Amino acid sequence: MEAFVRLFVALDATTKTQEKLAALVDWFSRSSASDAAWSLFFLSGRKLPQLVPAKRLRALASTLAEISPWLFEEAYAAVGDLAETVALLLPTDLVEPAEQSPPKAASGGLWSVDHGPLPPDSGLAAWVDAYLQPLRGADEATQFRLLKRAWSQLDPTGRFVWNKLLTGGFRVGVSQSLVTRAVAEASGLPVDLVAHRLMGEWRPTAEFYARLVSTEGDQVDAARPYPFALAQSLVPPGSGAPDTLFPSAIGQLPGRPEDYLAEWKWDGLRAQLVRRSGAPLLWSRGDELLTDRFPELDSAARKLPEGTVLDGELIAWRDGQVLPFTLLQKRIMRKTLSRSILAEVPCSFVAFDLLEHNGIDWRSRPLRERRAALEQLLTAPQAERNAASEQAPAQSSTIRIAEAFYGKSPSELTALRAESRERGVEGLMLKRLDAPYCAGREEAGWWKWKVDPYTVDAVLVAAQVGHGRRANLFTDYTFAIWEGETLVPFAKAYSGLTDAELKEIDALVRQSTVDKFGPVRSVTPQLVFELAFENLQRSSRHKSGIAVRFPRILRRRTDKSIRDADTLERVLALLPSLSSAAVPSRERGETISRQRTFAWAEPNPEAGDAR
Amino acid sequence: MLPMSMVRDDLLRLTPSGLFCELGGFFVDPWGPVAKAVITHAHADHARRGSAEYLTTHSGKPVLQTRMGPNATIQSIAFGEQITLGEVRVSLHPAGHILGSAQVRIEHRGEVWVVSGDYKVAPDHLVEPFELVPCNTFITESTFGLPIYRWRPQAELYAEINAWWRENQSQGKTSLIHGYSLGKAQRILAGLDRTIGPIYCHASVAVCNRDYAAGGVVLEGWRMLSEAPPRCDWSRAIIVTPPQAHGGDTPHRYGETSSGFCSGWMTTRGIRRRESIDRGFPLSDHADWPELTSTILATGAERVYVTHGSTATLVRWLTERGLDARPLRTQYGDEGTADDAVAVEPGAGAN
Repeated sequence: MEAFVRLFVALDATTKTQEKLAALVDWFSRSSASDAAWSLFFLSGRKLPQLVPAKRLRALASTLAEISPWLFEEAYAAVGDLAETVALLLPTDLVEPAEQSPPKAASGGLWSVDHGPLPPDSGLAAWVDAYLQPLRGADEATQFRLLKRAWSQLDPTGRFVWNKLLTGGFRVGVSQSLVTRAVAEASGLPVDLVAHRLMGEWRPTAEFYARLVSTEGDQVDAARPYPFALAQSLVPPGSGAPDTLFPSAIGQLPGRPEDYLAEWKWDGLRAQLVRRSGAPLLWSRGDELLTDRFPELDSAARKLPEGTVLDGELIAWRDGQVLPFTLLQKRIMRKTLSRSILAEVPCSFVAFDLLEHNGIDWRSRPLRERRAALEQLLTAPQAERNAASEQAPAQSSTIRIAEAFYGKSPSELTALRAESRERGVEGLMLKRLDAPYCAGREEAGWWKWKVDPYTVDAVLVAAQVGHGRRANLFTDYTFAIWEGETLVPFAKAYSGLTDAELKEIDALVRQSTVDKFGPVRSVTPQLVFELAFENLQRSSRHKSGIAVRFPRILRRRTDKSIRDADTLERVLALLPSLSSAAVPSRERGETISRQRTFAWAEPNPEAGDAR
Repeated sequence: MLPMSMVRDDLLRLTPSGLFCELGGFFVDPWGPVAKAVITHAHADHARRGSAEYLTTHSGKPVLQTRMGPNATIQSIAFGEQITLGEVRVSLHPAGHILGSAQVRIEHRGEVWVVSGDYKVAPDHLVEPFELVPCNTFITESTFGLPIYRWRPQAELYAEINAWWRENQSQGKTSLIHGYSLGKAQRILAGLDRTIGPIYCHASVAVCNRDYAAGGVVLEGWRMLSEAPPRCDWSRAIIVTPPQAHGGDTPHRYGETSSGFCSGWMTTRGIRRRESIDRGFPLSDHADWPELTSTILATGAERVYVTHGSTATLVRWLTERGLDARPLRTQYGDEGTADDAVAVEPGAGAN
C-alpha cells in the first residue's frame, strides 16, 4: 500500500504528462501482477460496488473526529470530496482498538484467518483483499473495525488514497490513454494492443494482468470491442460563434469536399456490436455491456456473419422516426424491460462503421473501403440477400445503415445541417474517406458539426459551491429569465467560464449573498450571462415550464443590465412551431425541436447520392 | 448577517468606515479614511491609505510606513504598553500573525474588548508569539474556521519544502516557491536550508525583508533576483516569490521549474489543482480550527463577534457551546483590495 501511495504522490505532485507517464511506467515495471491489476482497475476510474454506504462513512468519520454531523457537512462543502474530507477530519493519532476477535468476512472467503494488522508495506492487492473486499456486506461493527484498522496504519495522504479506493472515483489527473501507454511501455507491447485488451469487462486479477502484458499472440478475447474513434468539434465548444462563422469552420478542414463523407450525428448511445463466435454483444463506450438492454437487436445481430464488429449508435426509433433521447434514456434507466416500454420505445442500431469483417481487423483500411463493405453487408439487394441465405439483415431490421452523403460542397452541407433539428439529429459528422479507424479524438479524422445551440441571456440568481477543483468556489449557478416582473429560475449551468472568471464571480456571489439555503446562496440579481443549450423542451417539473439540455455558459454580458435579460415569452418563441395554443401537453415533456417527424423510411432526395 | 448592535455601552460599533470606538475616538483597521486608525497589521485588507493618523506597534511600524507611504503619520507603541485615548485605555498585544501584528485591547470601566486582527497561536520563532488576552467581548477572525484545518508542525513543513527543493535540484529543475510577500515569504526564508543552494527573492519580497530587518528581524542568506549573476545556474536555486508571479508568465530564463505554494488553503487538493501548482505546503499565518476554538474559549469572553472566513460555521459552533456569538460583517479578507494575496484564497485576502 505504501508504494501505491507513493505512486499517487508522484502523480499528484506534477501537472506534466511526461512525468506522470514516467511514474506510471516505473510502477508497472516494479509491481507484482496482482498489484498492477488492481492499480489499473482504480487508475482507469473503475470502482468496486458500494462497500460502505456514504452515510455510514460520514457518521463514522464524524464520531472519530468528535464533530457534529452539520459540521461534517460544512467541511465537506469546503473540500468538495468525501474521501478527502474524511481523511482531513480523522484524528492524526488514530490508534487501532485492541482487537478481540478477527474480522470475519460475511462470505468467509478472503479473510477467514486473522493475520494481525497487515504491514503498510504489503502490496495494494493484499490491502484490497484484507481491508476493502471484506467490507462488502459486513455488519456495521465489522466495517468500523476494518476501516479503523486501515486508517490507523496510514498517514493522512495514505488515508486519502485509501478512502478514494473505498468510495470510488479515484482520479489523479491520469487519463485512460496515459495508463494504457504506461502499461505498453512497461511491457514492451504496442499501445493499440494493450488498449484493445483493456476494452470490455475484466477482473483485476494477476492472471488478467499476465494476459494483458503477454507477448504471445495478438489474439484478444472474443468478447472485446475495439477502442472507439472519437470526433473533434468543428467549432470549439462554448465559442458561441454565430451562424455566419460556420461556413469558414468547414473551410478549416483539410482537403476537398470529395475527401469527406457526411453523416447525421445521431443523438443516441454510441455502441459497438461485436458478433464473433457465440452470442452477439453490444458494448457502450464506457465499457458497459448493453446486450441485455436491447433484446430487439439480438435476432438481427445473429444474422450477421461471425467475425463482424460494427460501430454505430443506438437510437430509439418508432414508426420510421427517431424518438427523443429522453425516451431512450428513460428506457435505459429501467431495471427491467417491460413489454410496454419495449413497445413504447423500440430501439435500433444505426451502423456507420465496420471494424472487423470476416474475422479480420479492418481498422487500418480507409473509411472508403470500410463503408463499401458495410453497405455490402447491410444493404445487399433483396435477391442477393435471399441467395446469401439470410446472411444480411434487411434494412427494415433493427440494424440499419447510417445514411451517408458524399462529396457535398460546403454550402450543401450547410443546408443539410440546417435540417438537423427537424430530423431529430444533433448535426452532421464529417469523416475523411482515406482515414483508418483510429482510437482517440485527434487522429481519427472525424469532425462533429453540431447545430447551433439555442442562446438565452439570463440572470444569475443563485450559486452553489463546486466539487473537486472547484471546491470552496461558487461555480454552480442557477439562472433566471423574466416572466412579467418576476425572475423565474429556468436553468443551471456549470461550465464555460475560465478559472479567472469563476474566481471573479465567486467574489461577487459572496458579496451579494441575500440568503443561504444549505449549500445554496441566493444573490442579488445583477449579473447577466449568455447561455447556450442543445435543446429546450416543455416540462411541468420546472417552474418555468421549460427543461433545458446541455446548458453551458457562453460568456458574461457585462454590457447588459438585468432588465435586458430574456423573457420567458421570447424563449418560448425560440422553439419552432410552438405557439402556446399548439402545445399539446405540458406534462409529456416532449422535445420541442423534435416534434416534427423525420421520415427516414421514405426516399430522401439526398439519399440517392449516398450509395 | 446582522450588523453589530448599537447598545450604548458597546466599546466598538460598526460604521460605514469600519469598527469605531466612540469613547476613544478611533477606528480599528478602518476601510475608509478616518482621523485616527489603530492598525492590527499591515496586510492590505487591514491597513488602508488615507487616514490622518495611524497607531501600531514598534516592530510593525516600518512595514506599515512602506505601505501607507512616506508621508503617512504613524505613531508606534510597545506591546503591552497602555495608552489612554479619550475615555478608554488601549494596548496592543502580539497576535503572532506577522512581525508586529497585534490584537487591540480596549478597556473602559472594567469592560474589556479585544479585536484579534489576524492571528496564529503556534509560535513560529520569527515573530512575537501570540498572547492570550482575557476579555468580555472578543472579535475574532475565522479564516480557517473548519475542522479540516489542522496545521502540521512548522518543522515538518520546512523539512518537506527543503526535500522538495533538493529533489528539484536533482532533476535539474528550478524551484519556485510562492507565498504572500509580507509575512509568509519571511517564514519561508527562515525555514530554507542555506546549504542546499542559492536563495533568490522577488523584489516585492525583498522590500518586506528590509522592513522586517528594520523591525528587528534580520533574515540573511538571500539575494534579489536582479542581483543574480549573468550565467546563473537556476536549477540549483530556489526563488521566493508572491502568488501573482505564478502563472503562465514564468520567465523562460529559469528553465524547467517546479512550483510550490505555501498557504493554509493548500490543505485541500481541489484548490491546489485549480492553481496548477505542483506542490502545496499548508504553511499558514492564521489560527487553525483547534487554535481558533480553544483560543476563543480561553479568552473567557461571554460575547464573540466572528469576522472574515467561516463566519457562520464558527458562530454556530460557539452558540452550541452556550456563547453569545454573532457574525460581524467586515471588509477584511476582501480579495479586491488585498495587494498580493489574491492568487489562491477563495474570498479571503490574507493567507
